[in-house]
Amino acid sequence: MSMRLVLRGREPRWLAPVLVLVAVVIVYLLTAGPIRGAGANPQAAYQRYIVTPLTQTTSLTEVVLAAIPILFTGLAVAVAFRSGYWNIGAEGQFLAGAIGATAPGLYLPNLPGPLAIPLALVAGALAGVLWSLVPALLRTRYRIDEVVTTLLLNPVALLLVQGLLNGPWRNSTSGFPVSNNLGAGYRMPLAIPGSRVHLGVVIAAVLAIAIWLVMSRTATGLRARAVGLSPDAARFSGISVRKTLLRSALISGAIAGLGGADQVLGVGHKLSQEVSSSYGYTGIVVATLGALTAGGVVLVALLLGDITVGAQNASLVLQLPPQMGEIVSSLLMLAVISMLVLRRYKVSWRRDRSGALAAADAPGGGGAAGPPGPPGSVSAAQSHDPASALPSMTASTAAPDSVSRAVSPPASAADIASPGAPSSSKTPLEQQLSTPDATVGTPGEEETV
Amino acid sequence: MNQSQSDRPGRGDMPAPGGLPPASSVGSAGFPGSLIGYDAARASGAGRSGSPEARAVPLVQLRGIRKSFGDLLVNDGVDLTLLPGEVHALLGENGAGKTTLMRILYGLTRPDGGVIEIAGAARTIASPGDAIGAGIGMVTQHFSLVGRMTVTDNLLLSRAGAGRLDRRAGRRMVAAAAERIGVHVDPDAVVEKLSVGEQQRVEILKALSRDCRVLILDEPTAVLVPQDVAALFASIRLLTAQGIGVLFISHKLGEVSEISDRVSVLRRGRIIDTVPTAGATPARLAEMMVGRPTVGVRRDDRDAAGGTELADAAPPSAPPKDVLSVRGLRLAGRGKEALAGVTLSVAPGEIVGVAGVSGNGQTELVQVLCGLAKPTAGTVTVNGIDVTGADPEKVIAAGLGRITEDRHACVVGKLTVAQNLVMEDLPRFRRGPFLDRTAIRAHAERLIEEFSIKAKPDDPISTLSGGNMQKVLLARTLARDPVALVVSQPTRGLDIGATEFVHRQLLARRAAGAAVLLVSEDLEELLALADRIVVIYEGALVGELPAAGADIERLGLMMAGQSAQSGAAA
Ligand SMILES: Nc1ncnc2c1ncn2[C@@H]1O[C@H](COP(=O)(O)OP(=O)(O)OP(=O)(O)O)[C@@H](O)[C@H]1O
Ligand SMILES: [Mg+2]
Repeated sequence: MSMRLVLRGREPRWLAPVLVLVAVVIVYLLTAGPIRGAGANPQAAYQRYIVTPLTQTTSLTEVVLAAIPILFTGLAVAVAFRSGYWNIGAEGQFLAGAIGATAPGLYLPNLPGPLAIPLALVAGALAGVLWSLVPALLRTRYRIDEVVTTLLLNPVALLLVQGLLNGPWRNSTSGFPVSNNLGAGYRMPLAIPGSRVHLGVVIAAVLAIAIWLVMSRTATGLRARAVGLSPDAARFSGISVRKTLLRSALISGAIAGLGGADQVLGVGHKLSQEVSSSYGYTGIVVATLGALTAGGVVLVALLLGDITVGAQNASLVLQLPPQMGEIVSSLLMLAVISMLVLRRYKVSWRRDRSGALAAADAPGGGGAAGPPGPPGSVSAAQSHDPASALPSMTASTAAPDSVSRAVSPPASAADIASPGAPSSSKTPLEQQLSTPDATVGTPGEEETV
Repeated sequence: MNQSQSDRPGRGDMPAPGGLPPASSVGSAGFPGSLIGYDAARASGAGRSGSPEARAVPLVQLRGIRKSFGDLLVNDGVDLTLLPGEVHALLGENGAGKTTLMRILYGLTRPDGGVIEIAGAARTIASPGDAIGAGIGMVTQHFSLVGRMTVTDNLLLSRAGAGRLDRRAGRRMVAAAAERIGVHVDPDAVVEKLSVGEQQRVEILKALSRDCRVLILDEPTAVLVPQDVAALFASIRLLTAQGIGVLFISHKLGEVSEISDRVSVLRRGRIIDTVPTAGATPARLAEMMVGRPTVGVRRDDRDAAGGTELADAAPPSAPPKDVLSVRGLRLAGRGKEALAGVTLSVAPGEIVGVAGVSGNGQTELVQVLCGLAKPTAGTVTVNGIDVTGADPEKVIAAGLGRITEDRHACVVGKLTVAQNLVMEDLPRFRRGPFLDRTAIRAHAERLIEEFSIKAKPDDPISTLSGGNMQKVLLARTLARDPVALVVSQPTRGLDIGATEFVHRQLLARRAAGAAVLLVSEDLEELLALADRIVVIYEGALVGELPAAGADIERLGLMMAGQSAQSGAAA
């Protein structure tokens, strides 16, 4: 007897929610031991992680607050990925935006709010654009892979922040590498009185709606999607691929920069090295899990905010190490993705002579770059399009295997260089290597849409 | 291969005379020892005579295969029998379900119902691995070879176990398999350097090296030049003489009657009939496929252009200004020039055909004209507007309609039919800042109706069959009323009905005064449609002749590059 994974034709509606629950249970079982080992009751810990933050108004507002920066970066990454520009540099653009917003706050401290806030936001967005400009030009002019260039600029941005904070912007009273407080006019007004939620949430919401409208309802959006899905066909249809990529790259940079500016104005009121706790990288996860749609990004950002707040809560109340929260949220994300990919298959038990996995159809561009797994491993799932497996997916989502790309960008840089071209010559090879007996003749397109 | 051997049902219950011989390694000794069994089966009636099913045990028997995609029934209770040593052709319109049926047999698609019997025993074929184990091989239109590897390595790949690769044995395997199909293949050649025809041979070798006794060829000739088709047919004949059964799909009736022993016609997922090829005329086969009699379309068919006489009405007065004109076009290629100074012009109401053996610059010429490649020298004008090296956007705006040979590169697969239909014309479908979705839908519905495309506006275009996808492209192009058309291989892979439809549309455009440049490897198509034919050889035009009463022999010589010396250029 052996287990086989077989593509299912149609899936029942209840499947997706049930599988999400299954994912939670699996993660619960996986982490129960460590949580107990850390001296807490797993059940209580999970209560803290997921449920508690949503039950009280104060913690609920904290959830929203935690979601704001990853909303910005998630939207930024989604815009770029959707048109096939693999911007891994939201982190750097976020930091650049933070610098951009800090500058007027330090040098023009006396501006009144109605002038100061827009000025700082615009400065932040422009700084983000500036930070994304060079990779974008290198990509559209000289076809230099943007994955590498955008990624490499991230530590440069962090060094720039550190350089400023250890040099001209060092705190004049304490001498610590933290900037002085910005002028009073640069304090972002609150969106919810009595909480810490600032107006940035409104900006992010407006952005999300605008992106959704542009992507789904306008010619510009359709062109961008066409470029992301099939650059050759887009070009043939008279769409300028270069212009579209450049525009997406710069808009993406602007949104990430806006996020950085917003974080400085709304939360820190000064520039510090920790202004971004990897929000740019988290944005890649958010965008990919959100199936590169604005609605999906909002949902995932809120969920991550929930777990972030829950983890703080749990470490305070239950004395759990804060890392446990990160472990839980990462595992949860992985489990949810796996389950949602798996729902495309049904498991069938049958007597099987070779024990090889039924090599289910891999959609074009199976970029599963891992080492060949043993026969029977779920290698088919790796090469599946994660975006299309998600519930919030709209009719046409870009980015085949953008998860594996996003998670380990440098390793799969070569794949990303040609998002539109399915490496059809590679897929069968890999399948053959991993499952010696089950050879796939053609990279099929069946039943995966 | 040990695995696959143990896969086979107990051989005890296999009938002796027609049964499958044990899988013998091709690498070890040329032909399997028990070939006599095959020849006996063939001699006992697997050929073109009599009712063969009575005697030989079929290699494959499909019973009541059903498959639907959503609410589209693609295979509706299909029965099909493949005998040892026969070529069984599968005919049917685009979208009839031929490929789906073959994918089911090869384990790439799961049927909803039905039974697959191999050598008389029912088998579950859930994956290509199962199919290979059952002795089935398949060559699809898109090859699954690793381009950067040698022929030997590609063959070894498909049978690589845990042990180390034995290249010496691999080369012997290549040689032995090549001998079986009567061709020479260099075992150390890198696959991506081989021609399409040679790559196809490697695919066949791959299947043979895995000991297949059933070979599925899905439209193998669509990508081949005539010489390669002849070579393929010779190979097929050698294989059937060894008892292998071949399932052969093609839209070209001539090929089907030349190579096959029996023909099954599939219409809308049902087998209409299975007949011996010998007794079936092309006209009868076409009628079975389409369900009505068909006629070829020709340039001089008055009614082709909707009953008008425009088609042949020579312009009475001043000679018309050329709408499409190309002067001294050059394009650098790998090694030598891809285009070496092409000059031609097309007048309104004229179809100029470009003939030539593939790879002589046709693709590059079309790419330059379509705005996809920038020429190194020369000019292109459309309707008096200079579009040399212009982007597709400007080329389209100048009034040029384009159909290229690679239709998949012209559509965005995951977008819908409606979205693809407006892709070249987005500004027209705007309302305020937004796209007018009602108008887009109405536009799509109108074109779907007008071009009888079998699809709904919201279908992702990648799910369409080849013919329907081509109709979408045609509809998109013609909906803009182009003054000039560049059309390349417009009917490649299309069924008779769709081919006829495309031909009618092109003639209608000609009648409406458009200038049409038609690039095709199908000489019959050129002779039927074009007014003049120019021949391209090694990136240059080497001759021109009127299509009416064209001397095919001379055309062939010119295509082989011999007219330059004889100075036949008119
Ligand atoms: N994965 C799929 N999802 C939905 N519909 C599909 C899928 N694959 C095929 N179809 C539909 O099934 C029908 C039959 O397709 P198939 O490819 O078998 O036709 P065919 O006879 O091979 O046609 P052609 O001569 O154009 O190759 C078509 O209408 C096609 O659109
Ligand atoms: Mg087909």
